Amino acid sequence: MVKVILPELGEGITKAIVSYWYFQKDQAVKQGEDLVELTTDKATFNLPAPASGKLSDILAVEGQSVNVAEVLATIEEG
Amino acid sequence: MEFSTLDLGLVDYETSLSIQRELARDISLGKRVSTLLLCEHNPVITLGRLADKNNILGREEDFKARGIAVKNTTRGGDVTLHLPGQLVAYPVFDLRPLGRDIHSFLRGLEKAAVLLLRGYGIGAQTKSGLTGVWSGNKKIASIGIAVSRWVAYHGMSINVDCDLDLFSLIRPCGQDIMMTSILKENAAGALDMVAVKKRAADKFYEVFCQGG
Repeated sequence: MVKVILPELGEGITKAIVSYWYFQKDQAVKQGEDLVELTTDKATFNLPAPASGKLSDILAVEGQSVNVAEVLATIEEG
Repeated sequence: MEFSTLDLGLVDYETSLSIQRELARDISLGKRVSTLLLCEHNPVITLGRLADKNNILGREEDFKARGIAVKNTTRGGDVTLHLPGQLVAYPVFDLRPLGRDIHSFLRGLEKAAVLLLRGYGIGAQTKSGLTGVWSGNKKIASIGIAVSRWVAYHGMSINVDCDLDLFSLIRPCGQDIMMTSILKENAAGALDMVAVKKRAADKFYEVFCQGG
């Protein structure tokens, strides 16, 4: 199980809003593909899937505020 | 880092977006160097990903009747307006050699705009906690970006010599602010957009390649 974690986006940016999931739970994802879009005040950031497999769980829904280092989803590799 | 510059002239908003996305993909794969796109758009109102539609003052049908398109986009920021006489700069830049820092990149865009505007004798400044560039209490440059695979696209618009009345159709960036332009702040006569673009590219180089 690979955790999808919100990385550091820049100095002073501690949180972001989940603005768009490109995939739904249980869908197959490929490493490097845009997985989820996060939005800060003036920027959107597409987080790529860290691994290939099945998007087994989405822990942060669209509209939810998340902190850096927080787990957004899990991917079951394979 | 290095970048090339491409002047798209007066271009449709959607076309410029397609070009940015294609460039961003190639740059992320290392097939092309970062590219600064410079252009103008016909009147178009764009909404950022989390924009409040109430910041558009009027009905979409009315804008369509006046030939003003309204587009939803995937950039950050709220609502903005592009129109002829406004310089739009889309720095499709690889942020990996720039430290993967979105905050620092936004500050870099502001700095390039401030340097450009000061070159026209305008006391341009940023405001703490707000993104964009002001002349006094009037906004002159607006910023909103998107980042995919650590390549930035969308960017910044700087009012050069445009119809500022059109901004009354929106609450720019969701704020009750007045907009201004280089021409209005520095009434030194007609401005040549090609020359403004050249100066803008030089300021981007100064900030992002020379550590300006």
